[in-house]
Amino acid sequence: MTRRARIAIFLPAIGIFAFLLFWGFAGLPDFGHYKGPYGFVLNRVATPERHMDNVVNAITYDYRGFDTMGEEFILFAAVIGVVLLLRGSEQREAPADESIGSDLVRVFGTYAVAAVVLVGLWLVAFGFITPGGGFQGGVVIAAGIVLVFLASTYRAWSGIGNEHILDPFEGLGAGGYVVVGIAALISGLPFLTNLLGPGIAGTLWSGGSAPFVNWAAGIEVAAANLVLCSEYLEQYSSRLPRTVL
Amino acid sequence: MIATLVPLQSAVLALVALGATGVVLSRDPLRMIFVNGLYGLLLVLLFVVFGAPDVALSMLVISTVAYPLIVLVAIARTRGRK
Repeated sequence: MTRRARIAIFLPAIGIFAFLLFWGFAGLPDFGHYKGPYGFVLNRVATPERHMDNVVNAITYDYRGFDTMGEEFILFAAVIGVVLLLRGSEQREAPADESIGSDLVRVFGTYAVAAVVLVGLWLVAFGFITPGGGFQGGVVIAAGIVLVFLASTYRAWSGIGNEHILDPFEGLGAGGYVVVGIAALISGLPFLTNLLGPGIAGTLWSGGSAPFVNWAAGIEVAAANLVLCSEYLEQYSSRLPRTVL
Repeated sequence: MIATLVPLQSAVLALVALGATGVVLSRDPLRMIFVNGLYGLLLVLLFVVFGAPDVALSMLVISTVAYPLIVLVAIARTRGRK
C-alpha cells in the first residue's frame, strides 16, 4: 500500500475516533461528581456487614465474587492460548550458562527475590484490611520469582519456571475458586455465598470464606504470570548457545 | 470525596501526558522500553494521587518488571533472526 493510500485511510479514521472520544468525554459527569449510588451504599455497608475494611476487595471477592471467577478464567484461558501456541515447539535442552556482568546485580537481585515475594504474600494475606488482594499480590509474587532469572541465569530460573512446577499451581488457583463456590452449594446456599461468617474486622480472621477465594485468585494470578514468563523465556533461551545434557 | 482537582493531581496529569507523548515519539524499541517504564511509574503516581492504591500496586509491577521483560525477550528473539 502506498504512503498516500495509507494516509487517505488514516486521516478519516483518526477523525472519527477523535470525534467519538471527545463526544464520550463531554458526556462524562464532572470531576468529583460520582453518580453511582451502588458505590455509596457499599462504602457504608461493606465494613459493618462483612467486616472487611478494604471495600474494593469486599466487592471483588464477596459481593461480586462470581464476576471475579469469570475474570480469573479469562486469564486462565489467555494463558492456555499462549501455552498452546508456544509450548513444545522448541527443543528442550539446557542452554549454556550465561555469565552475569555484575556482582552487584547478582547480590542485590537475590535479596530482592525474597523481599518482593514477601511483599506479594503480605499483599494477598492482608487483602481485606489494606490495599492489595489476590490479583495485586499474585502479580507481585510472580515478579519476585522472575527476578531469579534477571539476577541469575536461565538455568537457575528454569528450576522454578518450568511447567511441572507451575501448571499444578495454575490448576489449584483456578479450581480452588470454584471449589469454594461449590462448598456453598453443598451446604444448601447459593454459589459462592460467604460461609464462615464475617470474622473480626481488621484482623486476618475477617471476611469468612472470602479469604480462601482471595488466596485462590492470588495463586492463579501468580502462576498464570509465571507460566507466561516461562513460555516467553523458553523462546529466548532457544537463542542461547547450547550445551548437550 | 474530592470535589475538584487539587494542584498535585493536575501536575501529575500533565506529567502523564508528557510521558505518553515521549513513549509515542521514541522510535528505537530498546529506548522505548525505558521511556515506557518511566511512563509506567508516572501512571503509578497518578493512581496514588487519585486515591487508587490497589491499581497503583499492580501497575508498579507490570510496568517495571513484567512488561519490559516480555518486550525485551521479543526483541532478543526477532533481532536474532535478521
